[in-house]
This record gives sequence, structure tokens and C-alpha cells, in this order.
Amino acid sequence: MAAPDVTRDAIESFDLAADTVRELNRRLHDPAGPQRVRVLNPGGRHSIAVGLDGPREIEIEGHVGYYCAGMNKHATIRVRGNCGVGVAENMMSGAVIVEGSASQSAGATARGGLLVIHGDASARCGISLKGADIVVRGSVGHMSGFMAQKGAVVVCEDAGEALGDSLYEARLYVRRSVASLGADCVEKEMRAEHFEEVSALLARAEIDDADAADFRRFGSARNLYHFQVEHLGSY
Amino acid sequence: MCGIAGLYTKLPALEAQLGAHLSRMLEQLSFRGPDSAGVAFYRDSAPEGWCKVSLYSAATNPDWDELAAELALAFGEVSLPHVRATHAVFVIDSDAERAQAWLSENHPELRLMSAGSSIEIYKQAGPPRDFIERFELEQMGGSHALGHTRMATESRVTTQHSHPFWTGLDLCLVHNGSLSNHNRLRRVLQREGIRFQTDNDSEVAAGYLTWRMREGATLEEALEGCMDDLDGFYTFAVGTADGFAVLRDPIACKPAVMAETDEWVAIASEYRAIAVLPGAEDAVLWEPEPGRVYSWGTAPVA
Repeated sequence: MAAPDVTRDAIESFDLAADTVRELNRRLHDPAGPQRVRVLNPGGRHSIAVGLDGPREIEIEGHVGYYCAGMNKHATIRVRGNCGVGVAENMMSGAVIVEGSASQSAGATARGGLLVIHGDASARCGISLKGADIVVRGSVGHMSGFMAQKGAVVVCEDAGEALGDSLYEARLYVRRSVASLGADCVEKEMRAEHFEEVSALLARAEIDDADAADFRRFGSARNLYHFQVEHLGSY
Repeated sequence: MCGIAGLYTKLPALEAQLGAHLSRMLEQLSFRGPDSAGVAFYRDSAPEGWCKVSLYSAATNPDWDELAAELALAFGEVSLPHVRATHAVFVIDSDAERAQAWLSENHPELRLMSAGSSIEIYKQAGPPRDFIERFELEQMGGSHALGHTRMATESRVTTQHSHPFWTGLDLCLVHNGSLSNHNRLRRVLQREGIRFQTDNDSEVAAGYLTWRMREGATLEEALEGCMDDLDGFYTFAVGTADGFAVLRDPIACKPAVMAETDEWVAIASEYRAIAVLPGAEDAVLWEPEPGRVYSWGTAPVA
């Protein structure tokens, strides 16, 4: 029997009851730092595991505060708990998986990568989304997808009021009810490529109890942001 | 930005530790509100027919014993003053209205922080940690308490501008947010006979609740009225004799987290202030929905 590959499997633990968030982030930013890190006792602290730039695997054992995993690049960050405001804001690539619920502005302005929230996300989920994909196993709060420009938001339960207000070209998919649509957001036909997109995102999120066939698609009516010469007088 | 903390004990055994736990919550919220801090504690109910008042004196060495003697002359019986830093609590053989009227006539230099049966309000400008130490908050017991750390945006940093604001017998308000129609609303309320001690926006919200309930609204109705009549951002927590109520404005820019275990119910601006409570890791946690009134305890919330 071969000896286990300890280099690959070694997990460095970081206990935030003893160490500071700044020390943790410095360690995670160190190019020679550990590939796998487990963070203990996060205690709702802010800015945990922000600004990573490498294919690290981070597991956070508990609830985190604001801006967890912000600006993430390449890393996979799993939160075994709830998140405060702005989880994975401005993520560039990689993946952030939240096993609990997320507070408002989850995935704000994220440009790439995948954000999965297994609980609910509250208000303004995916606000100003710029290319990342977000999958929420539960529901999202009001003003979700506000001014979202690119990327997809998949909601397996309900969406709150004013979904997709002032939407640009992001695609919003909702399986259950939508309380109301925001300005310039309309329901659109689910075509083959949309079923494929939802199926693929659910698979990547490892959610197997939702069927792409049950989702509706919402997008921009493109009346709000396109310059139209006949409306010149009203600009 | 400000910090809100509230803790309601379900077990009598926890009551002695209320101040210790609330202090830890306030410490976690210090960075949200370094300008001033304050608390409302509900404890040691006055006997039937008596009232309890909290007073603040800006004087260097206020003669609380002399005041107790004057109160005894006016009302017959009065407790010894319970002095905490710049504040003193008296239990008086009188209804609150008569005691309040006597105090404002005979001692206009004193500020009435609260009146009721069990409420005590203490507050102070300056860092929350100083407040906790100077008022020996960690030693205080009680059934439930609300606390606030303030980062001033709309008005000055003084003890009077600090939260909680007393809103009526055994009622108080703490606020995270800012109101933009408070000057106009204050004038409306002043015409209705509501008096204000400061130019603070949150005090106007407190005065609004006082006015609505004076006119017959339940606390829940008064809070729902906020959504029509107040313009601005808010997470409110209102302390009552039996518990507390919470409301976030419909836009919900200001945060709140609630948590419940078999031993306590808590509200805080951020989870980190709940994480310091015993058993927090197993608590049921949720974010209160915008525009919905939550309450613990029984009366007066319907």
C-alpha cells in the first residue's frame, strides 16, 4: 500500500479565536502558503478569505461576517454556515459555496466564477452582476439582479419584489414565484440553450433536487438602457 | 452606521448574567458606533402603584440623597437612590405622570431618561468600553435589555443625543439608520404636545411612537405607521415591559440578525455580536424581513 500523499492532503488549520483575520489573509495571500486551509471559529468576523489569487481550497467552519471571499480568484471557498453582507463580492473566478444562508448583496458586481448558496439569499442578490453565475437553492430577497449586466442567477425557490430592476444582459431563472418584476425586466421564453444553461449550473452547484424544466427565464426588455433616436427629445 | 443589541432571557438563571452578556454584545458592536453607548434594562419591577424613574445629571457631584429627601417630602415614600455614574434610579410611591411633572417643575436641570415600572435607561457619550466600565454594566441583571452604540450622522455627540430614547412608560427605542423628514415631523409632533430634548432624528421616531400610542394605537400599529410617516433608513428595536419588537424599513439597507435558543432571544446588527452568547453556535438564526414587525413577550404588541 502506498503512503498517503501528505503534501497534497495536508490541511492547515487557522483558529480565529486565537489568530486575527489579517494574519489569516496574509497566509492565504502568500504564494508559498498552504493549498488547503480550514478556518475555525470564524465568529461572524468580516473580510475572511478575501483577495485570494490561487487555486486554494478553503473551508470555513461556522458563520462569517461581511465581504467573505470578496475578489476571489481561482480559489474554492466553502462556508459551513451563514454569511453577512456581500459574500463573494467582485469575485473574478473560482467558486464560493455557502452551506447556510447569505445576507444582502451576495455576489455583488462579481465578474466570474460560481457562487452557490444552499439556503436563502436576502435583498439585492447579484446586484450589478458582471459575469459570474449564482445558484441559490432557496429564495432571494427584493431587488435581486438589480442592474445586472452579465452572467446568470438561478433561484430554486421564490424571488422577492422588483426582480431584475434596470436589468442589462444577465439572465435570471426562477423556479417558483416572483413577487414582482422591476423596471424593464420581462419574462422570456425558455429555449433549449436556457434549459442547458440551468441544467449545467445546477450540476455544477451539486443541486440534484431541482429540474431545469421547472424554471422560468427573466431578462431585460432593453427599453431602458438602449439609446433610441426617436426618444432624443426626452433624454 | 450604529450598532443595536437586544437580549431577552427565557431562563431565570440567565437573568443575573444579562449585563455581562449584553456588555460583550456591545463590545462587538463598538466599531459600528464608537461615539456613544447606552442601554435600557428591564428589572426589579416597582411595587403596584409606584413608579421607577432614571435621571441623568450633568453636574459634577449631584446630591442624589438630597433629591431623595425632597421626593420623600413630596410623595411620602421613596427608595434610596441607586446611583450609577452620572445616573440615579429612584422608586417612588406615585404614578409616573405625577413624578415626572414634579421633577420637571422642581428640577429642570435633571434629565429624565426613563419612567415606568421596570425600565432603567443609562447612556453616555464616549467609547462603549468606557461606558460599560463606568456604569458597571457587567454586574447588572434583568429579564431583558436593549443596547446601542452610536456613530452620529444627523446630530451632535452628547449623552442626551445617545440612544435608547424613552418613548413612554416602560418603552424605549434604539435606531440604526437616519431619517430625512425629522425636522418637519418634529414640528408636527410638537403641535401635538410631544416634547423633545434634542434635535436628534431618532428621538423624533421615538416621539412618533409615543404620539401614536397616546392616540390609541398598539405598538405594532405604531410601528407599521412608521413605514408611511418616516422617510429614511431604519432598523428599530423597541423595548417593552415584557420583551422587545423589531422593525426594518422596506428597503432594508440597515442590517439585523435575530437568533433564538431555548435560553434566550437576541437581536443584533451583526452576527458577531450574537456569536459571543452561550450556545450561539446552535441557535436558530434568521434575518428579519423588511417591513415586518417582529416581537417577543406578550402585551402590548398585538
